[in-house]
Amino acid sequence: MDVRLSPEQVALRDSAAQAVDRLGPHAVRALDDPERAGKLDAAVAASGWRELRAATDDGAPWASGVEVALVAEELGRGLADTPFLGPTLAAELRRLVGARPAGDHETVALAPDLTALANGTAEGAVAVDTQGAMAALLTVPTPAGDHAVARVLLPEGASRVDLTRPVAGLGPATALNPLPDAARSLSEDDLARWTALGLAITSADLVGTMRGAVQLASDYAKQRRQYGRPIGSFQAVQHLLADAFVATEGSRSATLHAAWAVDALPPAEALAAAAVAKAYCARAARTVCETAIQVHGGIGNTWECLAHVYLRRALLATDILGGTGPNLARVLDHHGIGGGRGLR
Amino acid sequence: MDFGDSREEAAFRARLREWLRTHNPGLPASSTSDDYWAGQAAWHQALYDAGFFGLSWPRDIGGQALPSVYDVIVDEQLAAAGAPPRPSLGYLVQGILAHGNEDVRSRFLPGIVNGRDRWCQGFSEPDAGSDLASLRTRAERDGDDYVITGHKVWTSYSDVADWCLLLARTDPDVPKHKGLSAFRISMRQPGIQQRPLKMINGITSEFGEVLFDGARVPAADMIGAPGEGWRLAMTVVSHEREPGELGYVARYKKLVKELTAMVRDHPERYGPEQVRDLGWALVEAEMLRLHVCRRLSDRLDGITHGPEGSVDKLLMTQVEQAVGHAALSVGGAAHGDGDDTWLKVYLYSRAQSVMGGTSQIQRNLVAGRILGLPT
Repeated sequence: MDVRLSPEQVALRDSAAQAVDRLGPHAVRALDDPERAGKLDAAVAASGWRELRAATDDGAPWASGVEVALVAEELGRGLADTPFLGPTLAAELRRLVGARPAGDHETVALAPDLTALANGTAEGAVAVDTQGAMAALLTVPTPAGDHAVARVLLPEGASRVDLTRPVAGLGPATALNPLPDAARSLSEDDLARWTALGLAITSADLVGTMRGAVQLASDYAKQRRQYGRPIGSFQAVQHLLADAFVATEGSRSATLHAAWAVDALPPAEALAAAAVAKAYCARAARTVCETAIQVHGGIGNTWECLAHVYLRRALLATDILGGTGPNLARVLDHHGIGGGRGLR
Repeated sequence: MDFGDSREEAAFRARLREWLRTHNPGLPASSTSDDYWAGQAAWHQALYDAGFFGLSWPRDIGGQALPSVYDVIVDEQLAAAGAPPRPSLGYLVQGILAHGNEDVRSRFLPGIVNGRDRWCQGFSEPDAGSDLASLRTRAERDGDDYVITGHKVWTSYSDVADWCLLLARTDPDVPKHKGLSAFRISMRQPGIQQRPLKMINGITSEFGEVLFDGARVPAADMIGAPGEGWRLAMTVVSHEREPGELGYVARYKKLVKELTAMVRDHPERYGPEQVRDLGWALVEAEMLRLHVCRRLSDRLDGITHGPEGSVDKLLMTQVEQAVGHAALSVGGAAHGDGDDTWLKVYLYSRAQSVMGGTSQIQRNLVAGRILGLPT
């Protein structure tokens, strides 16, 4: 056991950090700067990070869940308003069924409650991280009882809970087209592993979001003065931020393991590891982002403060493949307690 | 990055698993019964003699100089077997290793590691809890000895200890942090009186107070230089805050495993709120195991005695108290047959946010020393 990052992993993390530090939105108004956003998108496209889960010649992914999580964490920390989660999860589906990489921008469509990949119908399904995407992947049941991967074209328009990543609802009439070049369909094990990857990415995204929110609020607490002192000198404020930092560290430990487990453990174990991380991160992230707003006081409740952008990003990452309820249920299921299903 | 076992680690794990099949003493949880404390020394010695304790410490004090990550393997296997956790005394070893001279290290440490010498830690006093540096116990030079006068309290294992790691004031004329020195003092002498304290869960053999009235300690048994006591104490408490040093992952995993079995065997008895509390206990205990994997892996780059221990202490506290809440929720407080096992687990969990430095003190340290917030 040695859970330190390798030098290559450190280098990957550092280059993702540099990309968002240079080109990410450092103020709310920067979200409306198409030139900056275009440069960030181009930098991420050129990096190859969206293809980390594409298949090599032997069908294995180019990189493990750990590399994916390291990139996701830095993109979350920097509020990257460019697709990563969507194309990564779509590439993983194509890899699992042995289909060629998409020729255009593609994402995935989730069930209406977002807790699983959409299956069988596009009606009410929600495509996530849709910026620039032409289509989304979902599954359709096969007569043999497993799942084929199908592709639907995305409608115009999108909604933005998360100001950095749009989502789009799909209509009933959307045609489902099975991938013509798929070599096989998805087994339950494949779906478990795919879900584990999705939970690991969203957990890492939450860890990054928490790190960014804690940094933002700590910086503010050192500058903002009341009663003639920086507010960060008051214990009441210090303890809020200390708790936020601690929650972030625990989240990161669980997430690193989940990211490793995606490829290293059997599917059921990988899914359980991912559910532990996601439940922990989802609970932590909401509190941490709320703390960031609280520390900013009145300013934190205005649109111009970045704190709510972190919270909004956390809310979407939480919902994708489920927050605390569905993942506590997955953990309990893994320990033979099915009654956890009532927790949603 | 790899959470999996190397070949050597897998072989070690298999050896430990096999040994535990015949050597699990089946003691009750430390938080529920005085019987645990009665059997703890024998368990320590058995674990050490079989080669499963003191793994990461230097060979010359009885360790095996293995990477610290072996300790997680021990925790995992102890919990899986339902065996007691490993003894919680690594913080004493770290403190003496960091501050003791060669003579002190070679005389004091082997007995701690192999479990033949039992130690307690005399830091807190009635008027010096969080404000430890204000402690008043005096150590006055008298020939080759120091003479100790004072009152220590909330002292774990004071009833069975042969020795005490004592923090006392050797110089009353300098600022409070600078006048303290550390000693190893024998608990078996006329100038020392030990009294048990009953904890809120009814346990009487863990906790005590110690009165020093003319007790003597040879000057050669000072650990570190005169005035170095505060620094030693900070090294000790920084490790006393680390679940990887304490071995508490095994304690929490064992309790959660028992609660899980109760719900799995009789799902009809438990409602969604109880199941939710158990779910969080499962998540929290697993998080702590993984956090310890991370921290002990970081030690491959060398041991540090920094403020990260405060982060770990706060995480560990959250875990212990989540497990305590699950114990209360699933195990229940009131039973017609008077069985208060799970109530005791719950009540014991309240101490975790106080012992080794309160959660409020830990938050101060995280805010100041990690986040860099102003004072």
